[in-house]
Amino acid sequence: MILDSRIPEGPLAEKWDKHKFDVKLVNPANKRKYDIIVVGTGLAGASAAASFGELGYNVKAFCFQDSPRRAHSIAAQGGINAAKNYQNDGDSIYRLFYDTIKGGDYRAREANVFRLAQVSVNIIDQCVAQGVPFARDYGGLLANRSFGGAQVSRTFYARGQTGQQLLLGAYSALNRQIAYGKVKMYPRTEMLDLVLVDGKARGIVVRNLITGKIESHSAHAVVLATGGYGNVFFLSTNAMGSNATAAWRAYKKGALFANPCYTQIHPTCIPVSGTYQSKLTLMSESLRNDGRVWVPKTVETAERLRRGEITVKDIAEQDRDYYLERKYPAFGNLVPRDVASRNAKLVCDEGRGVGASGLAVFLDFADAIKREGQPAIAAKYGNLFEMYAKITDENPYERPMRIYPAVHYTMGGLWVDYNLMTNVPGLYAAGEANFSDHGANRLGASALMQGLADGYFVLPYTIGDYLAKMPYDKVPADHPAFKEAEQNVIDINNRLLSVNGQRTVDDFHKQLGHIMWEYCGMARNAEGLQFAKQEIRKLRDEFWRDVKVVGVNEELNITLEKANRVADFLELGELMVDDALHREESCGGHFREEHQTPENEALRDDENFAYVAAWEFTGVGNDAVLHKEDLKFENVKLTQRSYK
Amino acid sequence: MNWFTKTFSSTVGRKIIMAVTGLFLCSFLVVHLIGNLQLFRNDGGEAFNVYSHFMASNPIIRVMEIILVLGFVFHIYDALVLTRRNKAARPVSYANNHPEENSSWASRNMGLLGTIILVFLIIHLWNFFVPARFGGLDGVVIEDVEYDNLYLRVVESFQIWWYVAIYVISMVALAYHLIHGFQSAFQSLGLDHKKYTPFIQKFGVAFSILVCLGFAVIPLYFFFLV
Amino acid sequence: MVTYPIKGISPDMSFLEMMDVLNEELLLKGEDPVAFDHDCREGICGMCSLFINGRPHGPERGTTTCQLHMRHFKDGDTITIEPWRAAAFPVHKDLVVDRSAFDRIQQAGGYVSVNTGGVPDANTIPISKSIADKAFDAATCIGCGACVAACKNASAILFVSAKVSQLSMLPQGKTERKTRVENMVAQMDIEGFGSCTNTGACAVECPVGISLENIDMLRSEFIFAKATSENL
Repeated sequence: MILDSRIPEGPLAEKWDKHKFDVKLVNPANKRKYDIIVVGTGLAGASAAASFGELGYNVKAFCFQDSPRRAHSIAAQGGINAAKNYQNDGDSIYRLFYDTIKGGDYRAREANVFRLAQVSVNIIDQCVAQGVPFARDYGGLLANRSFGGAQVSRTFYARGQTGQQLLLGAYSALNRQIAYGKVKMYPRTEMLDLVLVDGKARGIVVRNLITGKIESHSAHAVVLATGGYGNVFFLSTNAMGSNATAAWRAYKKGALFANPCYTQIHPTCIPVSGTYQSKLTLMSESLRNDGRVWVPKTVETAERLRRGEITVKDIAEQDRDYYLERKYPAFGNLVPRDVASRNAKLVCDEGRGVGASGLAVFLDFADAIKREGQPAIAAKYGNLFEMYAKITDENPYERPMRIYPAVHYTMGGLWVDYNLMTNVPGLYAAGEANFSDHGANRLGASALMQGLADGYFVLPYTIGDYLAKMPYDKVPADHPAFKEAEQNVIDINNRLLSVNGQRTVDDFHKQLGHIMWEYCGMARNAEGLQFAKQEIRKLRDEFWRDVKVVGVNEELNITLEKANRVADFLELGELMVDDALHREESCGGHFREEHQTPENEALRDDENFAYVAAWEFTGVGNDAVLHKEDLKFENVKLTQRSYK
Repeated sequence: MNWFTKTFSSTVGRKIIMAVTGLFLCSFLVVHLIGNLQLFRNDGGEAFNVYSHFMASNPIIRVMEIILVLGFVFHIYDALVLTRRNKAARPVSYANNHPEENSSWASRNMGLLGTIILVFLIIHLWNFFVPARFGGLDGVVIEDVEYDNLYLRVVESFQIWWYVAIYVISMVALAYHLIHGFQSAFQSLGLDHKKYTPFIQKFGVAFSILVCLGFAVIPLYFFFLV
Repeated sequence: MVTYPIKGISPDMSFLEMMDVLNEELLLKGEDPVAFDHDCREGICGMCSLFINGRPHGPERGTTTCQLHMRHFKDGDTITIEPWRAAAFPVHKDLVVDRSAFDRIQQAGGYVSVNTGGVPDANTIPISKSIADKAFDAATCIGCGACVAACKNASAILFVSAKVSQLSMLPQGKTERKTRVENMVAQMDIEGFGSCTNTGACAVECPVGISLENIDMLRSEFIFAKATSENL
């Protein structure tokens, strides 16, 4: 198989405009003859569905939540980047492009990232027109802040709830199309299979989560905007329901899965407090602007602290190790996410971690409070401090916060070309579900940008190009291909329901998460990965022998839902390990211990690994086949990141 | 339905009617109380009887009387319609519910308070309004003119302890009804302003207490002092 | 109602983690777990609900059920958990209710009619900071339905008013303000919610602090619209 990224010819800055002119258009009167399925209603899905509806296509949108408004995009806190240069501080489309490519450790496509930076400005205009209440200055114009260590202020925000406001904007656009009858919404409906007819994506099979009914939906094209797969780790900042099932089942139908090993670990999350823990809560990265990260200098002090023999106050200044400031004097506490996360793991591995579990470091605001006063700190971070106090029952104004990294975002996803189409004709992937724009590491405030760029400004153009070449004929939903897919779904459900073993789905999920976190988390090595692969295989076998799923299919069955998702995670986990094992370099969110500089920094191998690893399914238990898409860098010079 | 009936049959529209009629009834209370203050003149009821004759015979007052009746009718009718609707909106009630944690007792029991006030109103009308308007009172001559002696009816009625008790209890109910109702009416009309709303809320409480106290003093005065 | 004894609950557990523990126990016994809605578990998606000990989202103010921790309960307590109860929120199963009525109200007009593209530059519409902040406050509604659950009349007016006032305050939303409030109120009534009697319970129980001012604004918008719009 040859992966054709379909990147248009021409200079970088003109590619998208040229491409928009070159794509085929569907006559306005003919758009109503085409049906499009959109799975997932987060930023990418909702914006795509709404935009398709506005153009005149017939859209069916699906989400597993009870309303499209609940998609996990809603939880994004920090903001959305756009190269508006409203602050006159030297930002430009090229700079946003450059920062994103560099931040992704040179593992993303130049053309895609440049287009992302180009349309970023349209996104802000669109959202403001929808009534999204972004933060404003006293003069009434939009406010910006610098985010995630960027040198310019290009982040637009709505307090700490930017994702919520943007999603509600897209949701409102979607609602408008639902009211017009152009979009038919199917909430509490989960996609369980992709249907191919003559090699093209022509529909999906879903399960109604209330009645359990298995149904088929036919269309001319299918868009998956189903988010990331961070929940493979069980504990992550993702929502409980976030899952990879739709993308995974598409993979099993022939779509390639790209760069699965690239996972982003966010450094400032509230640490795990017990085995019952169901999810991890992110604290905005902005806290590192004023908080100082430290652990006790010696293992002995840390142990005494953990045993409760001493308190934080008993640790003198000279006995504290502000390790980020020590190792990275230039960036200090503001080093990028992956560096901050990895260093937290390092000090905890040394036995210097704090908290009962020893898996936490301090984020201390004492100096900031002394310098600026408590009211000033409260004005900046009040809601975050409150959230911390609510969860931990500790007052962060008096005691330093305890934080630890947690899985946050997955850069990998379904392989797509420049048109966001997977290698399966008619199957598109958008937002976190695809792999395209963030390379090996995503910058802060870029996820929202990408989701909306894909949905509002890329797919509406590129999908027309595909449809214009398609006949109008519809495939009936009782076509043998649909019946076969339905039967496949029914068989999987029956299989899950009939095991009647001794272990719960969550129990398996937690064990998988543990394996992934230990061996395919912040730092990886060949030995650990090989071990993890065997462990995952064993666990998967055990799952199918010993899982306990109660009830029947024909009802609201929360264990059956979960079982389907975890069954897929158990396969996806292995592919992540395979990918991590094959990538003999360190880059972005993928850190191989064998490949580091003498200063313990990530060491890329551009000569051998400047490619996208796209994996092809060959059967459960068989090794996936690797396809490489070489990344060509014609506009940026590859450099080693340094934050010293 | 045309736009007008659509407006006033919606849940928001009906509350507008409740608010307008409620505030109108409040204004009636003020007029009524001022008139009743004639009872405190130490003139053997002369001024009061002249006043009540005026109220019973003046054509403008008679027109206002019809409007007043309509005010009551709409206020009560909409209250009934909305109460039925509200009951239907929660067919199954909570097994364990602690509304006292989030709202005042009066605000949750306007229907109960209103019913007490309605029962009182019937008793009150039967005892004073019906004879004053349709005859049945003794006569009294003031400055060569014969008037109905409503004052005598007042004095006699408020010698009966349980009658006084009904009045006082009803006025307490009215006070609670108004404490919520007065400011609630402004909310129902969408009148909210940082500057004025705090005043309206305080004024509403003072108004409710003072007016009801004024009415409640009358039976107590006649029972204990006359 | 069923009573389940449950052991091994840590004070640091969230309420929903306690439910997880219960469900794991039930599953191992081969019993049906208790179905409840939840997703983000960080208080923003609005999916979790639960009427706990007589209060929506439990005893703590400004807190969703997922952010409620077991330290607010005592060892040995019996906790009553009920679904939201309203005719407009039919129960699917156990503690899971159908809140699609909220979506239909939003579909009736909770949007600004702009298509993708063809919009002016964002900074051509200046909006004073105070208006932007107020609109934001209204826009933070998470659509959980606690207002309906708390209201003795099961009224949805706080939810509806949050969107109406957000959009009527902003210049972008002014064009459609009359039709919007008329249609959203009409849909709210069609869905079978009760009427607001200004008890204020909704705002007290709202986990994100949507204020009663929004309801007043909805009413003034409604009166203005009904008096001046050309919709018959």
